[in-house]
Amino acid sequence: MNREQPFDVGAVRDVIAARRHMPGAMLPILHGIQDAVGFVPADAVPMIADALNVSRAEVHGVISFYHHFRQQPAGKHVIQVCRAEACQSVGSEALARHAEKLLGCAFHETTADGQFSLEPVYCLGLCACGPNVVVDGELHARVGADKLDRLLQAKRGAS
Amino acid sequence: MSVTIYVPRDSAAIALGANDVAVAISGEAKKRGVEIHIVRNGSRGMFWLEPMVEVATAQGRVAYGPVDPADVAGLFDAGFVQGGAHALEQGLTEEIPYLKNQERLTFARVGITDPVSLSDYLAHEGYAGLRRAIGMSSEAIVQEVLDSGLRGRGGAAFPTGIKWKTVANAQAAQKYIVCNADEGDSGTFSDRMVMEDDPFVLIEGMTIAGLAVGATQGYIYVRSEYPHAIAALNEAIATASQNGYLGANILGSGKAFRLEVRMGAGAYICGEETALLESLEGKRGVVRAKPPLPALEGLFGKPTVINNVISLATVPIVLARGAAFYKNYGMGRSHGTLPFQLAGNVKYGGLVEKAFGLTLRQLLEDFGGGTLSGRPIRAVQVGGPLGAYMPQQQLDTPLDYEAFAAIGAMVGHGGMVVFDDSVDMAQQARYAMEFCAIESCGKCTPCRIGSTRGVEVIDKIISNDNRPQQVHLLRDLCDTMLNGSLCAMGGLTPYPVLSALNHFPEDFGSPTEKAA
Repeated sequence: MNREQPFDVGAVRDVIAARRHMPGAMLPILHGIQDAVGFVPADAVPMIADALNVSRAEVHGVISFYHHFRQQPAGKHVIQVCRAEACQSVGSEALARHAEKLLGCAFHETTADGQFSLEPVYCLGLCACGPNVVVDGELHARVGADKLDRLLQAKRGAS
Repeated sequence: MSVTIYVPRDSAAIALGANDVAVAISGEAKKRGVEIHIVRNGSRGMFWLEPMVEVATAQGRVAYGPVDPADVAGLFDAGFVQGGAHALEQGLTEEIPYLKNQERLTFARVGITDPVSLSDYLAHEGYAGLRRAIGMSSEAIVQEVLDSGLRGRGGAAFPTGIKWKTVANAQAAQKYIVCNADEGDSGTFSDRMVMEDDPFVLIEGMTIAGLAVGATQGYIYVRSEYPHAIAALNEAIATASQNGYLGANILGSGKAFRLEVRMGAGAYICGEETALLESLEGKRGVVRAKPPLPALEGLFGKPTVINNVISLATVPIVLARGAAFYKNYGMGRSHGTLPFQLAGNVKYGGLVEKAFGLTLRQLLEDFGGGTLSGRPIRAVQVGGPLGAYMPQQQLDTPLDYEAFAAIGAMVGHGGMVVFDDSVDMAQQARYAMEFCAIESCGKCTPCRIGSTRGVEVIDKIISNDNRPQQVHLLRDLCDTMLNGSLCAMGGLTPYPVLSALNHFPEDFGSPTEKAA
């Protein structure tokens, strides 16, 4: 489980060098690393700790506190289903169960073939036109089971 | 002559297909040799009509919606570039009753202008507030905001002017303005709309705040779930800086103000102001004990104004039109307007900016048109996930901070989520506790442990395991969370739980009433 994933060490070093002098640089650095390599690798932790003159435990504490940061790479496609109240009121829980069935994996998991990661999201600010879904960063409103099927099929077709 | 056509760039419109519609319109125009100019405006906030396309005509802007790319050829056939009749035609946009019956002050420009065009902003009263503020003393600016009666629109409703006065009077070499744009509450989207659809108004409001309290640096902390808002803000900040509205010498006044956007990372608790400051400093978003107040020891230990997006975005009109103009809207001690947000199971969901004082029922029925499902409204959660669930018999409460507080509810930021009669209120109560358990920062025991125990107790109630004792225990637990939590996260979670239990006892298997 703790097997380290390969990542671009140079890219991480560049992000740290570019952002280490910002006031409160920790989050901007972590965002930069995740944007560059797709997750925050365990081997980046000592590099960040060294640059910001804090302990590794502090860096790890920040990474694990925020839902946004990944410690492992995600699947090729990331599907996020809003599970907050406004979407619940128009059927997002049924949609969430449909998504799990369709992908054959639970929330916070990645499919065995590494194609899809399924994640919950709590509010996208599209609460007047739910249920809402994000597919690889693209927003989709008023998503029923049929529309979700089409969205996933399009990704399957493309991959 | 080229015709101006408006296709919103608001992310709700995009989620409903606005980008594809824009592409289809420009392709069809090219094919037919019609000269058009597409403006990606903000949304008017009538989401059942999105994507809503508007065409500029001599009579005014004519609206068509909701437009699907497949409708575009037909719209050209019907001569929509001259405002021609079509099944999707909604008439003059400004005459649509939903919009016409609003009082748009903070949202005066939203949906009308190109959000990232400075010249558009200036042509629509933009920067009039800053121009006036620059000629005033800092005391006079603070006084103007105090006199307007503006209270924090993020939820807590603390008078904005008093917060500013505390920071203005603090002595420090560096002060900060922080905008809390961590709009994580379900049912709210007014902050998102301001940032995406009129970012300059927030920038202007923060600049005025900087002049008022002597702060030279501002941060907008935006949640990572809002990438479109972050992009629009960054573009507008760059433009404002290039044109002397931000930077070392604002409009030649010799005063400096710089602004930067910081992205959150998916932690709901960072909407709490002290947790947000911790996060901005690069730490876990753990709540701070108060005192000291952020006004005295805020970001990096310096005096800090921390306000919600809508509070700051309302400051420009207060300065431009004067405190009295703004104060004359509203009722009681709730002055001005609030952008109410109709969300969830509602037929005409969207943004309604109105003066305080109309009733919840007027909003839900006159504007909202009842539920989307067509079934009766059963409960409305007002003020976010920590707000009370209100039953039918409370819907005639006027929207006023004090009137809501009197019945154990809260107006908060004016977000309302509608549920029809298929909702299971015991499940909603369970969800409130579960959400608190997932999102608690963990610093205080009532919130961290209480919410986990709350889920367990509600599960026992649902499965009829010692039900009367468990209900008693749940109330006791809520009392501890309400009175013992460090911040509003644990302190307000009992609101949705207790309101569900009190108003919908039949869903908890109460022996006094039969389940439906």
